[in-house]
Amino acid sequence: MLSSALRCLRPSTCTLALTRQLTHHRPHMGPVETTIRNKLGQALKPEHLEVMNESHMHAVPAGSESHFRVLVVSPQFEGLSLLQRHRLVNETLREELSSCVHALAIQAKTPQQWSSNPSLAKSPPCMGGSKHDNTMAEKLKAGRD
Amino acid sequence: MTDGVFNQSERRRQKRDPIAFILECLYSKGRSLVPESYLGEEVLWRLLREVSNVFKPRFNLYQTLQICTMNSIMRTASRCLRSGAYRTAQTNGELLSGWARLMCSSSAGQKTLEELVKKDRVVIFMKGTPAQPMCGFSNAVVQILRMHGVDSYAAYNVLEDQDIRQGIKTLSNWPTIPQVFFNGEFVGGCDILLQMHQSGDLVEELQKLGIRSALLDQEK
Repeated sequence: MLSSALRCLRPSTCTLALTRQLTHHRPHMGPVETTIRNKLGQALKPEHLEVMNESHMHAVPAGSESHFRVLVVSPQFEGLSLLQRHRLVNETLREELSSCVHALAIQAKTPQQWSSNPSLAKSPPCMGGSKHDNTMAEKLKAGRD
Repeated sequence: MTDGVFNQSERRRQKRDPIAFILECLYSKGRSLVPESYLGEEVLWRLLREVSNVFKPRFNLYQTLQICTMNSIMRTASRCLRSGAYRTAQTNGELLSGWARLMCSSSAGQKTLEELVKKDRVVIFMKGTPAQPMCGFSNAVVQILRMHGVDSYAAYNVLEDQDIRQGIKTLSNWPTIPQVFFNGEFVGGCDILLQMHQSGDLVEELQKLGIRSALLDQEK
């Protein structure tokens, strides 16, 4: 019953706060999201990991897995600059980024930084870029296959 | 450095009137993608006069060694015009010497991008333009720069040119857009710029570039 309620609420008119709560209860995790979770978990051994599919916030069809936000808290980030941390995450997810994932927002923190500031950043509102992007159709197809 | 792109009739026209040929090529292959606001007819003509000065003494274009082939010139020309890299504020002299450098490069493509990122102190690759961003993340970058009072930077719209879009991802080894470069060095994307802004590092970085952030004046 909850899942059918979720399906009715899927259109982009949902407020951000509402979808944030709902995503944690979403029963179905897409294949791309699962892969991302697994890869990050294995490679970075995070203390805390959050992977959010933000495709519904953008100008792509419902059910897409093209826009993600990840929060990784891992001791492996100690001593690394922001750029190096982000590059580490990008390397881990190289395959997904070159096929179906179109946008990846990253927050990479060390355990100390996370405990002193356990906050999640929010993505800015979509400005319709994917509508004008003619390579998006191929990327979404690659995701579904 | 030959290429077999031009057929017999094209080569004959090339010999008879190189300027008209260049114009025709640009117009037919590149013109439709040139953003109107950036370059007018007049500047285009001056550009081509410069090109023809180089080519006039040589009848056989394929013999020139220093300068790349006609085809790659066309591609470079179209790409640069499309990328909107040249703002109307630039003087024509500056514009033309930039062109001369580009024409002498042996491989248009990666090298052009490398020069692009070094040309200005602050360079961003985004979706859309600063006046009209087409992506929330690109917009965030523009807004942050605006907040710091950085108003003279080069912004390239990757949605207009797939070559630039792919090329810059290869050059910086970074898979997403937007991308920010300070002094030719890759800084990061939207997330990194935002975190630098929040932590105060961005003010320092701008100072290193010789740009005084507007936020410093606001505090006073």
